[in-house]
Amino acid sequence: MPENKSNGGLKIGVYVCDCGINIASKVNVAEVVEFAKNLPDVTVAKEYKFMCSDPGQDLIKQDIKDGKINRVVVASCSPLMHENTFRRATSEGGLNQYYFQMANIREHVSWVTADKAAATEKAKALVAAAVRRVAIHQPLERTRVPVNSTVLVVGGGIAGIHAALTLADAGKKVYLVEREPTIGGHMAQFDKTFPTLDCAACILTPKMSAVRSHPNITLWTYSEIAEVSGFVGNFKVKVKRKPRYVIEELCVGCNLCVEACVFKKPAFPNAFDEGLGKRKPIYMPFPQATPSVVLIDPNTCSELKTGKCKKLCASVCERNAIDFTQKEEFKEIDVGAIILATGYKAFDGKRIPRYGYGKYPNVYSSLEVERLVNASGPTGGELVLKNGQKPKSVGIVHCVGSRDENTNKYCSRVCCMYSLKLAHLIKERTGAEVYNFYIDIRTPGKGYEEFYDKLLHEGVHFIRGRVAEINDWAMTPDEQGKLIIRAEDTLVGMVRRIPVDMVVLANGLEPQEDAEEVRRKFNISCSSEGWFLERHPKLAPVSTFTDGIFLAGACQGPKDIPDTVAQAGAASAEAMALIDKGYVELEPNTAYIRDELCSGCHTCIPLCPYNAISFNHEKKIAVLNGALCKGCGTCVAACPSGALQQNLFTDEQIFQEIKGVMSYV
Amino acid sequence: MSYTYFPGCSLKGLGKAYEESLLSVFDKLGIEMTEIEDWNCCGATSYNSMDEMKAFGLSARNLALAEKYLQGAESVDIIAPCAACYLVLNKTSRYLKEYPEIGKQVHDALSEAGLSYAGLTNVRHPLDILQNDFGLDKIKAHVKQPLKGLKVACYYGCQIVRPYSTFDNQANPMVMDNLMKALGAEVIDWPLKTRCCGGSLTGTVQEVGVRLSYIIVKEAQKRGADVVATACPLCQFNLECYQDKMSGWYKDNLKFPVAYFTQLMGMAFGIDHKKLGMHRLFVPPKAATPEGRI
Amino acid sequence: MPEWHGWQKLKYEAELDPKFADEITAIPGGEKLANCIQCGTCSGMCPLSTYMDYTPRQIVAMVRAGFKGEVLSSYTSWLCASCYACTVECPKGIKITDIMYSIKRRAIQEKVYPKKFPIPVLAKEFFGNVLRNGRSTEMLVVIKLYLKTAPLSMINQAIMGMKLFFQGRIGLKMESIKRKKELQTVLNAMDKEAVSTGKGTL
Ligand SMILES: Cc1cc2nc3c(=O)[nH]c(=O)nc-3n(C[C@H](O)[C@H](O)[C@H](O)COP(=O)(O)OP(=O)(O)OC[C@H]3O[C@@H](n4cnc5c(N)ncnc54)[C@H](O)[C@@H]3O)c2cc1C
Ligand code: SF4
Ligand code: SF4
Ligand code: SF4
Ligand code: SF4
Repeated sequence: MPENKSNGGLKIGVYVCDCGINIASKVNVAEVVEFAKNLPDVTVAKEYKFMCSDPGQDLIKQDIKDGKINRVVVASCSPLMHENTFRRATSEGGLNQYYFQMANIREHVSWVTADKAAATEKAKALVAAAVRRVAIHQPLERTRVPVNSTVLVVGGGIAGIHAALTLADAGKKVYLVEREPTIGGHMAQFDKTFPTLDCAACILTPKMSAVRSHPNITLWTYSEIAEVSGFVGNFKVKVKRKPRYVIEELCVGCNLCVEACVFKKPAFPNAFDEGLGKRKPIYMPFPQATPSVVLIDPNTCSELKTGKCKKLCASVCERNAIDFTQKEEFKEIDVGAIILATGYKAFDGKRIPRYGYGKYPNVYSSLEVERLVNASGPTGGELVLKNGQKPKSVGIVHCVGSRDENTNKYCSRVCCMYSLKLAHLIKERTGAEVYNFYIDIRTPGKGYEEFYDKLLHEGVHFIRGRVAEINDWAMTPDEQGKLIIRAEDTLVGMVRRIPVDMVVLANGLEPQEDAEEVRRKFNISCSSEGWFLERHPKLAPVSTFTDGIFLAGACQGPKDIPDTVAQAGAASAEAMALIDKGYVELEPNTAYIRDELCSGCHTCIPLCPYNAISFNHEKKIAVLNGALCKGCGTCVAACPSGALQQNLFTDEQIFQEIKGVMSYV
Repeated sequence: MSYTYFPGCSLKGLGKAYEESLLSVFDKLGIEMTEIEDWNCCGATSYNSMDEMKAFGLSARNLALAEKYLQGAESVDIIAPCAACYLVLNKTSRYLKEYPEIGKQVHDALSEAGLSYAGLTNVRHPLDILQNDFGLDKIKAHVKQPLKGLKVACYYGCQIVRPYSTFDNQANPMVMDNLMKALGAEVIDWPLKTRCCGGSLTGTVQEVGVRLSYIIVKEAQKRGADVVATACPLCQFNLECYQDKMSGWYKDNLKFPVAYFTQLMGMAFGIDHKKLGMHRLFVPPKAATPEGRI
Repeated sequence: MPEWHGWQKLKYEAELDPKFADEITAIPGGEKLANCIQCGTCSGMCPLSTYMDYTPRQIVAMVRAGFKGEVLSSYTSWLCASCYACTVECPKGIKITDIMYSIKRRAIQEKVYPKKFPIPVLAKEFFGNVLRNGRSTEMLVVIKLYLKTAPLSMINQAIMGMKLFFQGRIGLKMESIKRKKELQTVLNAMDKEAVSTGKGTL
């Protein structure tokens, strides 16, 4: 082994990881180790099967303790995976943890390079770069900041409700912000839930009222997030509260105003009923709405539109709760952690014109049918067509807007099961012949296959074939006046035409319309489909790449209620782990100014989003307050004199890295 | 704006009336087209099932010839009224861009014959031109004898909406419907607008081809249409010329007019029926014109 | 009810052609065939599937699995009218229409297409016609077609033919382009290097 060669006692250890065969199958690791041995100041170079394992980390610690090395380079996976692991090992060996540098030869090399020789060469170049860089690393210290113990939950579906209650029960203060006038989300629209067919309201409404009455929960419905700033443990959030024109604290939900409204009949489509039911300008979204407070829709109320109404609503309200002058309000809150639980939106069947949704009145969306079979729905739970008659035959079309390159490629995971549920409910309520058209029936859950079995036994028809088209083109007398579903029965190998009275489109799940906007506000990432991206699909499924922001429920990807609730519990636990620790350590990646180079040009000062830079009029140079700096790097990039530098990313460190690659290539 | 025109073999033969009416109507509207000099067969269907590369060669020569009319402009529009030509020319221009190996071979082949193609053509259907370049409002202004009371079943067939065209909805196209409404006609709503007429199967496997055509004519009739409007010479031929056969096979008595949309436009513009090639139809839509009804 | 023939529904692995799928899918975008989920949308959309011996979906499965004999001698590809209804709706972006063309070309190459159907003959006639003149003259092609495949039904067709003739919709004049040489050069050059497009030749 070459002796410590030069440079005032620099002794660099290079550890190249096989990662089982993840790296070793593409990179000739032994060759990289030999190469590293001959780099300047390298005193130790080793190969190991799994560097992240305990024995792997021990290699580093022992070499430090033995005095063989005083700088560490690990060539393995992405720093996102194990930078912390190896920094810890470095520090436990007795060195400053920043005397460490990582070279990513897995994600950047072995996983993306087909040719073995080329992969090995690239790995060498990256190791050379890391060695040159670590040689000029400085010892740095992390700072600790306390964590605010309040949590913000965004979205009041079952995910948000469960997360808020879990945290509140543990004694944490929670703000629950919901965009709609009531919490409950999609689950509140359902009559029964699969696979047990328990009544959705019976299991959901107690939780909704628990949210309302919990002393630790502040519930803001009809509200949206306007702005988010700060960082883990110390977020500042601005919430917009939209005007309901009803004073929430005064209204007791007696509905007298609704009865009194000058509109004698409900005339406007109620969104909660998917437009199938009607409401007045002043309304309660549904009987169990939480909070139990009415609201006025400014687009239909005559007073708010024209200023000319007898305002019967206000005159009957004994508590003077109605206030036409209400304006939107902004509230600022400080929270330590945030849980996003904004859920999903159902696919719009109109995007597949050959299914005739929006054209033929008897083609329904699944959510519409959920409302039709719901006892508190627009028909009181009677499944009837628009003409008031019960359907004698119903076709349920699976995979609408799922598993399809023309719309969404992914499987929406819940529609097979809810289609089975609806098939059961429809058969139970009407005795109709029910046909399910499916590509594959997906029932991977506890009790789910048994539910499918039950449906088969009940005599529901299952036709394996994706529906080609639905229209009113009758070819035979018995098809007259019906909707004809055309599909190949792939198990038989023949095309079938099935006349039905009603079609249900099992629409898939899609990210919310504003998912991209929300993502930007909270500075998290989205998958290519637009779902909020978890930090790791297996090992960090409720964390995001932004510390302190967690995910729960369908906003992260399609999932059913059991999975949603489990994830909400997990997100609350993660938030609590953060809060109960009490502090967060910040990366010492702050910027600093080299006074002698600063020309006092002022460029940086207005650019800093955190107002961390000010001007010293005596010395005529800029001054940076390290405690305020968040390490965003904006000023560093802007400084024309090169006076601004950033810890962990100094110009020199980056140049050395580039030189390392170049000198090798 | 001026266009180049690719008639294709059919418009010189079975689809003569399509060409005659198209030219008269465009002339009336003042839309100028120059027929591409020495154009050859587009390379459509049958050719494709023999040798795809040669089909690309055939199409590409036409594209190259069209580009000679660029005259400094950024691109040149080729009007291809026949659905098959429209599809094949479109496919070729796309494939030359999307698949570089095919592009290279075609470019080499063209240059061997002293031709060149820089990819600056847009292949377009007259319906696209009428709605999106010319505009329905301007068309309305030319209407002299509105097609009042005439119930039209707009039949688009397959290939002008699928798979390459983007100027209309593939499942429920509306351009022709909008155009007919602009002429004062009523349109019927039916789900068979883009269902296949049988294509060349009417000539080869008649039991099947003619049945497909029959389905379409019959449904239009059932839904109360007076005439089927088409935008493709093969569709027009299939739906119209086999009606005797249909009547024989399916115990029907069909004498149902099937006209080109351009012929109906010409009627509304008051153009002499001779100039619209009306005399070439077995059942001219005359019976349904306002005069015919009186 | 058809007579019982003792059909044997058993396929030995040795009877399959593992290279068949690659040959058929060697067209632009053809590799997507591997992604078929057998949903049947293609067959459901297809206006001709009800007349086919195998539905388009079955053909896709058989191509993928190497059932060369069955696929090439099937009527399916010859009944395909190139309406593209399947292609635009396939949830996996499979260009089924183009696959049908690829099968047709292959069948003509291997001379295994069904004898009863005049379609391959028509295809060849058009092909020859265009090759010689640069344009196709529908009538001549059609007459030849009937002479070759079904001389008797000529009489039947002749009635319609006469009507069309008097309407001036068909002529017996041979359509032709001017610079045949130029076209020949292009077409010959397209023959030289066969790129990976599963091309067929006469
Ligand atoms: C027809 C149908 C039937 C179903 N049946 C069943 C069943 O029987 N059993 C089952 O287990 N699962 C079923 N599911 C799945 C079930 O709906 C989901 O698992 C569940 O609703 C997910 O809950 P969530 O809280 O994550 O999302 P959601 O229910 O969508 O709730 C999200 C909430 O966040 C709010 N929100 C959204 N964006 C914002 C924002 N920017 N700011 C503030 N608030 C916002 C929304 O208003 C909503 O209240 C069904 C789904 C469908 C489509
Ligand atoms: S102001 Fe008039 S319209 Fe508006 S809610 Fe009251 S009574 Fe109804
Ligand atoms: S869950 Fe079932 S219906 Fe829904 S996308 Fe997946 S396979 Fe299709
Ligand atoms: S539509 Fe596409 S995926 Fe479905 S069976 Fe046909 S080829 Fe396969
Ligand atoms: S292109 Fe062919 S296979 Fe596809 S739907 Fe049309 S006729 Fe059927």
